[in-house]
Amino acid sequence: MTELLVGTKKGLFVLEGHGDSFEITSRHFAGEPVEFATRDPRSGRSLACVTSAFYGPKIFYTDDLSAEWQQATGVELPEDAEKPLERLWTIVPAEGDDHLYSGGAPGVLFESHDGGASWELNKAFWEQPTRPEWSPGAGGMCMHSIATWPGDPSRVALAISAVGVWLTDDGGQTWRHGNKNLYPRYMPEEARADTIDLCVHNMHRAPKQPERLFMQFHGGVYRSDDAGESWVSIADGLPSDFGFPMVIDPDDPDSAYVIPLVADMDRTTPEGKVRVYETRDAGASWIERGDGLPQDDAYLTILRQAFCGEGSGASMGLYFGATSGDVFGSGDAGKTWFSAATNLPPVHSIRAA
Amino acid sequence: MPVVRLRAPLSELAGGKREIELAGSTVAEVLQALEREHPGVKGWILDERGAIREHINVFVNRDYGHEDTAVGASDRLHVIPAISGG
Repeated sequence: MTELLVGTKKGLFVLEGHGDSFEITSRHFAGEPVEFATRDPRSGRSLACVTSAFYGPKIFYTDDLSAEWQQATGVELPEDAEKPLERLWTIVPAEGDDHLYSGGAPGVLFESHDGGASWELNKAFWEQPTRPEWSPGAGGMCMHSIATWPGDPSRVALAISAVGVWLTDDGGQTWRHGNKNLYPRYMPEEARADTIDLCVHNMHRAPKQPERLFMQFHGGVYRSDDAGESWVSIADGLPSDFGFPMVIDPDDPDSAYVIPLVADMDRTTPEGKVRVYETRDAGASWIERGDGLPQDDAYLTILRQAFCGEGSGASMGLYFGATSGDVFGSGDAGKTWFSAATNLPPVHSIRAA
Repeated sequence: MPVVRLRAPLSELAGGKREIELAGSTVAEVLQALEREHPGVKGWILDERGAIREHINVFVNRDYGHEDTAVGASDRLHVIPAISGG
């Protein structure tokens, strides 16, 4: 059985299913925007980032989806912050037992050492000297991608829209940029070489070859083979290099999946066709995957956290949701697709548990 | 003492109470007293800086109140989500 945690503009929906048949089994946080929800595979604990328009961003957790959720503590900025915490975008298991990271806006990293019950702001990142110069993307200054290094808790890569990639080799005590060769077309030519206004949309590390990362940029798809220090374009062969979500096959370091959108000025699926693109040669070529997806007058928008994988290899599950409220799935690594749900609120995130 | 009136989900976070008598001479002081008495409310009305959240309205009787609005012993504070959202 596959369980999907689908964060939407109006609550968290739990879908359960086998093969190509899914049903909604429960709804949580009715009416509230759930930006992200995931289940920690180590503990089985479910965690949700809920950003009430009225009551502010919170993290909730539960060990049993049929029981009440508990509010996590410590999810706040220092009292002297210029603005309050805006939103939480992701939660990622780290390398240590019960260690988790959460990223949010305005460009902040939280850590938990008790499985998500309590959190603490990473002060070194909060106190970056260049922070006053940072600029947000359209969705806020969101830290959306946290790439841990399997077996080495000291090495982590972060990505922020629009403050680029950040790397640490000492478990988050110090941070440095990892932006070499990123090409921001949205900046004046004279400013491209030195700017830190780098709008990364998504970033993933290949667990079996951790010095390799893949990135969806705001106009660009990239690969790094030096742990995020520098990047090479791998966008040739895609109908567009703009998009938000990205998934990798964890057992194949040459793999990545993206869902291109037309461009920043038209954030819909190109040509009215919903297509996923897969590479199995580290971006040298891309394979179009649309069998079973809408191919006529389908102008969907898929947000950055609304795409996930489950398992690996030829039977890898892939699931994505759109702001239309549609959820699609594949049980054969993208070769064929089915509808898993329709008529949900706009989908913010999806993770398989 | 002034009385704070809460609606769900805030009332649920305050132990199911919809009206609570609390000490304080300003809106901020009364809401801070609410947080001390009912820690579950902390962070829901006031943000981490002690400011009323952007989309929360606090009325003192029939008038909009702010953090420094004076509150008397016979006043009623209404904490109400703003008419906003989508």
